[in-house]
Formats: sequence, C-alpha cells, structure tokens
Amino acid sequence: MHQAPPRREKRRIIPLIEVTLLAIALVLPILLDDFWVLFTTRVFILGMLALSFDLVWGYAGIMSFGQALFFGMAGYSAALLATKWDITSVFVLLPVAAIVGLVVAFVIAVIIILGKRPPNLVFVALGTLTSSYVVERLARGWSYVGGQNGIPSLPRLTAGSFELTEGPLFYYLALVLLALVYLGLRVLTRSQFGLVLAGIRQQEHRMAFFGYKIQNYKGFVFSLAGLVAGLSGGLYAFHEGYVGPGQLGPVLSTQVVLYALFGGAGTLVGPIVGTGLVDLFSYYLSQMWQTGWPIVLGLLLLIIVMFRPTGLIGFLVSDRERVGSFGRPSKVVPIRKASHEPA
Amino acid sequence: MHLLEARQVSKVYGTLTALDKADLVVRHQEFHGLIGPNGSGKTTLLKCIAGAEFPTSGAVLLAGDDITEAMPPERSRAGLSLKFQITSVLPQLSVYDNVLLALQAQDSILSLMLSRSRRALHEKAMHLLARFRLDDRRDELAAVLSHGQQQWLEIAMALAREPKVLLLDEPTAGMSPQERRATGELLAPIKQTCSLLIVEHDLDFIKDICDSLTVLDQGQVVASGPIHEVQNSSRVKEAYLSHV
Repeated sequence: MHQAPPRREKRRIIPLIEVTLLAIALVLPILLDDFWVLFTTRVFILGMLALSFDLVWGYAGIMSFGQALFFGMAGYSAALLATKWDITSVFVLLPVAAIVGLVVAFVIAVIIILGKRPPNLVFVALGTLTSSYVVERLARGWSYVGGQNGIPSLPRLTAGSFELTEGPLFYYLALVLLALVYLGLRVLTRSQFGLVLAGIRQQEHRMAFFGYKIQNYKGFVFSLAGLVAGLSGGLYAFHEGYVGPGQLGPVLSTQVVLYALFGGAGTLVGPIVGTGLVDLFSYYLSQMWQTGWPIVLGLLLLIIVMFRPTGLIGFLVSDRERVGSFGRPSKVVPIRKASHEPA
Repeated sequence: MHLLEARQVSKVYGTLTALDKADLVVRHQEFHGLIGPNGSGKTTLLKCIAGAEFPTSGAVLLAGDDITEAMPPERSRAGLSLKFQITSVLPQLSVYDNVLLALQAQDSILSLMLSRSRRALHEKAMHLLARFRLDDRRDELAAVLSHGQQQWLEIAMALAREPKVLLLDEPTAGMSPQERRATGELLAPIKQTCSLLIVEHDLDFIKDICDSLTVLDQGQVVASGPIHEVQNSSRVKEAYLSHV
C-alpha cells in the first residue's frame, strides 16, 4: 500500500514562538504603562504592514518598495471619510481602508505585473518605488488632503456608541486584527496555493512550463498584500489620529523591508518580531544617542541582513522547518502498492 | 496528421543564424531523436517548439494547431511538456511537493487556496514517484538527490501533466552508464501514452530508445527519418556521425 501523504513537518519552533508571543501579547496591557501600550499597538499595526511585505517578497519573490503606498492611501481615504463625511464607524472605515489598499494594489499590478510575460524583479522594485514616491509628492502638494501637514486631529473610531480610545481597547483591536490576518496568511501560505508561491520564488521560469501563468499568481498576491497593507494603514491613521505624506512614501516602504529582513522573511512571524525589535532598538538608541542612533541601527541591520539572510528567526528555525509542506493535513488514503516499494 | 510539426523554422540572433528553415515531424507514439554537433541548433529548435524562444520565421504545430506564438503556459495546456537541459527541480521543496506542484497546475487559484485537490492527486503523485524510484525519498528536499535522481524527478514532473509530447533536452547528461540504462528503461513505457522528442549527445542511447531521428548541422536539417535509414545515410556520415 502506498503510504499517506508526506507527514507534516513537525514544526516545533515556529508554533512555539507564535504561542509564546500571543500569550505575552494578551497580558501585556496589564503589565505595561500607557506609553508602552501605545508603543506595542503601533508595533502590531506596523507588523501587519510588514506581513503584507512578507507575503509579496518572502513568499512570492516580488520585491515591492510600494507597501507604504497602499498603507498611506488607505489611511488618507479613511481619514477623508471621517473628516469630510463624519463617518467614524470601525465597521465602515477599516473595510474601506482594506478595499482601497486592494484596489490601489490591483491597479499597480495591472500596470507593472499583469503583462504578457512575467515582469522582472528590478522592474517591479523600481515601479513600486516610483509609484510610492510620486504619490507622496502629489500628497505633499495637494491642499485637499492637507498638503505637507496631512490630515490631523482625526476623530476616534466608534463601534456603535463606544469610542475606541487609544490604550488597551485599541491595543486589543489591533491584536485581534493582526492575529486574524496572520492566521489567514498562515493558512494561505501552507495551502497548495502556497506551494505555487514557493515554486515561483525558487524557479519562476520553470513554473511557466508546468502551465502556471505566473503573472496571475503574482498579481493576485500583490493585490492581497495591498488589502493587508490598507487595513493596517486605516488602523494606523486612527491610532495616531493623523495621516500625512510620510505614510505614503519610500521611507516607510523601505522601513518595512528592513522589518521583514531583520526578523526573517518568508516566515510570517519573523517580520512581526523584526518590527518589534527594530522599533525597540530605535527607541532605546535614540534615548542614548540622539543624533547618531540611526548609524548604529543601520549597522546592526546591515550585519544581520548580510550574515544571516534568513533573519533573526533563522537562528532558531531550521531551513527544513521554514520550507515545511503544503496542503491541509489529510487522513491516510489507502491506495495501490507500488511494485518495488518495500513492504 | 502529425502530432508535432516544426515547419521551416528559422531563428536569427543578430547576425547569427542558429536555425535555418528546419523541418521536423513527430508522429503519435513515436520516440524521435534530435542530434547534431555542438552549436548545430538542437536546443534552439527544442526551445522554439517549447516556447522558451520564438522563431524568427516558420511555424510550430501541435495536433494541427498553430502554437508558434503561444506562451509556455498555453503550450503546456495544449499538451507539450519540457525537461530542461540544466536540471531545474525546485531544490528547497520536498521531492513529493515537486511532483505535486506539477500535478496541480491545472487547478484554479481558489481550488489551490482551499487545497481541494491534494488528496485526489496523492495517488498520482505516489505512482509517479514509484515509477521513477523516488517514493522512498519523497520527504527529502530535492536538493539532496543525486544528479541522476534529480533528472528523473524532473522527467516525472514533466510527465505529471500527461502531455501529448514530452520534450527532453539531454536527459542523460552527467549520468553514469547504469543511470543512463535505467533512464532508458524508465522512459520506454511512456510510449503508450505520449510521444517523445529528445535531444541527446549519447548516440547509443538514442539508438536504443528512438524510432526516428533528425540530424542538424549548422542550423540545417541534414537528414530525417527512421533511425536505420538516417544512420546509413552517407550524407549524415559525412556531415556528422563520422566526427562523433
């Protein structure tokens, strides 16, 4: 009898990290003061943005320097709805933000990804970088969206008659959304679709000869990542009470790349860890050395990226565990025995 | 009607004519060899047929349909499958997942997201792996297989789509004599289901498994036909075989 589908790789480390981080995240607001609750909420939201980059780069091999574009445009759209039309419902603004991210990403995908042939990595990297830069410049010069000053003093999100104030309430909202996005992406990247993405990342050219139309898969993933970035952009705008041109531009896009590479791209949990640690280092280094801290942080990131391409998670997780296997676990399906298979 | 036909195919790179009005015909359930000295245009012709390159002029027909302008995914769906000269298995995936990847290529994005077909494809995957003697290594990364086993894995992947024509570019390159013999044995049964066009330097291997042969020299077809006829052609002997 043939054996069952290959055993699921026993992932001992990644689930352990996931459960530990979730458990810590659940109790943190009890242990931390207000400043650190706000700080950690921001990490969750930017971690979601880092997840969107991990999906396109870590899984599909698309080097996007435009994640901030989807993040910022979603933030601006939600902020405009709140300030111009007095809409503050979380059930309207966050879905709108996610959809704006999806639509903007899809439009960019149509322009630079969905051609007759799959685009090369540099073309996509430059295309997304340029888009991000151009839209940031437009926002800085457009008075309707506040120009250089952006849109300040956003009203609080509401859920019915409740105001979602910054602090523990917003913290748990961000945590729940991050957990849901994480879970969704985890299922997706471990599905048969995830196998296609792994194939595209490793041997894109070969995949076309199996019959896969690479552009369609890349366009789909790119748009989906736009949705995640848009959701985080909407959250970020109302957490900070402000949206500005900096949230659209290449600086934030590059920062997200660093979050993912520092933590470990292609693992989902790595970019979240990377976001937390980079922001934490930034905070402490800026306290210690107000002018030169970016140099120290930059060197640290450079060392990790150069000498540990798998990021910090690579110190804990084996390559085999990172690869894992694909498709949901299934029960043993008894089928005919191969002629030479050992009994 | 021929199953696969290259009609007057030319390929020009700048001032270099790699292929000059080459004709080639592969019939149903035929193993067809394509040989020639280095630089004769064998791989270029194979690439033009597979869609890795597009001919400067001429046409490629599969089962009577003109696929000259079709992109590789369309050719694959039409029934062409290619094994590259340089082994291109997916090294960081398990052996099983390499085959699964080839098998599930016809699924929709939604079906793949829901992992709907994995169980249904499991039996096919295991049969393919067993056929190419890789089932006991299915959980290992493809990168750790020997060169010969990687070649077999790639042939298994190319066969996964149940193609009408399988294109093999030097499948025995770098193999030991035992592995070459085994490769011939592994390929023989596929004649019942598909035709084979094979580019190979090993003439003994070609003679062992092929029914017909096309000989290229300097981008032109020198001879084509049943293997015994081509083998005895004085023109071929002069142009190519005597120098091998």
